[in-house]
Amino acid sequence: MRTRTQENIIEALLKLATSITILTTVGIIGVLLYETIAFFKEVSIIEFLTDLEWTPLFSQKHFGILPLVSGTILTTLIAIGVALPLGLTIAIYLNMYAPKGFRKSFKPMLEVLAAIPTVVYGFFALTVVTPFLQSIYPNLAGFNALSAGIVMGIMIIPFVSSLSEDALYAVPKTLKEASFGMGATRFQTSFKVMVPAASSGIIVSVILAISRAIGETMIVAIAAGQQPRLTFDPTVPIETITAYIVQVSMGDVPHGSLEYRTIFAAGITLFIFTFLLNTLSFWIKKKYQEKYD
Amino acid sequence: MQVLEKQQIMTGSQKLIEEKKTIIEARDVNVFYGHFQALKGINLTIKENSVTAFIGPSGCGKSTFLRCFNRMNDYIDEFCLDGEILIDNNKIYWNKIVVEELRKEVGMVFQKPNPFPKTIFENVAYGLKIHGIKDKTYIEEQVVKSLKDVALWDEVKDDLKKSALALSGGQQQRLCIARTLAVEPKIILMDEPTSALDPISTAKIEELLFDLKQKYTIVIVTHNMQQAARISDKTAFFYMGDLIEYDDTKTIFTNPKQEKTQNYITGRFG
Repeated sequence: MRTRTQENIIEALLKLATSITILTTVGIIGVLLYETIAFFKEVSIIEFLTDLEWTPLFSQKHFGILPLVSGTILTTLIAIGVALPLGLTIAIYLNMYAPKGFRKSFKPMLEVLAAIPTVVYGFFALTVVTPFLQSIYPNLAGFNALSAGIVMGIMIIPFVSSLSEDALYAVPKTLKEASFGMGATRFQTSFKVMVPAASSGIIVSVILAISRAIGETMIVAIAAGQQPRLTFDPTVPIETITAYIVQVSMGDVPHGSLEYRTIFAAGITLFIFTFLLNTLSFWIKKKYQEKYD
Repeated sequence: MQVLEKQQIMTGSQKLIEEKKTIIEARDVNVFYGHFQALKGINLTIKENSVTAFIGPSGCGKSTFLRCFNRMNDYIDEFCLDGEILIDNNKIYWNKIVVEELRKEVGMVFQKPNPFPKTIFENVAYGLKIHGIKDKTYIEEQVVKSLKDVALWDEVKDDLKKSALALSGGQQQRLCIARTLAVEPKIILMDEPTSALDPISTAKIEELLFDLKQKYTIVIVTHNMQQAARISDKTAFFYMGDLIEYDDTKTIFTNPKQEKTQNYITGRFG
């Protein structure tokens, strides 16, 4: 029968589309693991995790991932330090204070922030934010974690504000009414009732934003520098995991060499970070989601 | 407002109510939602320490009217009120009134129990804390007193640190009443407080209302006419935004003057 055949073809096509996605993921993880295992045959995992220097491209080679990890954590912390207060403030404003029409039109506008190419953000950090910060604090290096982190924070504001606002919106209206009915102001209601009640959703939004910041590449590659350094000083050049991968990929390191394999070791470190964060957010979502149903 | 009507006190509770002072007064109240008129020229006075029931079919405006007394309608877009509502002789729709202060005097219990996702203790202490009370001993005293007032103390005294969401629906609703009592309001508005509860929990709350009447003025919206007849001193019947009849509960249910009231209470519509 004709319709039966059609159905079968459609089903096969859908299956194919699904399996391509899964196979790609499996393929990426496979390549990562293969190259990483090859890397750890030459470099001990203990050195990788404990050495305080990362200089695979120098003659005096060190393979300690910690400086790259510290650079990543530093820029991420600065980004979250910017995005969490601003994003949450926006979410609370939209949910508790703004007129309904404003919320509808403002949210998509805010999400445009996430649509700006990150390379634009990178140059914005390097050519606008850094000179501005230098005018306040002259000792700031031309490449630094601070301006990269701040700009990255601006980029991830929509993640925090939009998802947090969704979480606030999902809090039952009856709780808001109860608080207002007791004579609470909007401010008191926001911070004593709404934010605690939406906390799981807000935490998830922050975790996803962190995950995004950790994986962010262009901004830090352009504005934060390329000097792996185990420091939490935001005013000096550093290097993040992602920036290192870019640096090596763009350079003339021969394929199959140990130097080449370092990017897979760095890549899998990054992957583990983001994978753990995503799992954590998934777990929190699942655990606390049905609290009010 | 200190207008005590100095009539001779006669026998019977209904007579006593007439002696009491007026605490709520609505003067020619019209309410609009955009172009829709939800209330049409309502005039009504409520005496203190009484229970007043608002009855009427769905959409008749009884809940809208109740929510005018603590200005809970303020959050609805296109809500517009014309006329005056006085509580304790203060015009509450005057634009310089502090709504938060008004709501401290006029508490509200909602249709569905809505405790905060906090501990039992924190739920009852919430109102005191937001109104700036820091004295811990006083807060504790008020929490215990309020829980005793709603007959919940014996059931929860060992679980004050537990989440209020773990309580049963009836207990949650009594907790919500306790939360309202803790700030010692003068008036308690109840918007169908038992409609989501089982008969036993409902009976407990009705029983409670008799005691609360000694200290508070209660205005209750209900769909359950037996409930109105059992618990209230005065009953107001609303229909399509009009206040059809407002009288002693006994009169409304035994000898209503309006045909519409008669038809509604005998179940011919609604």
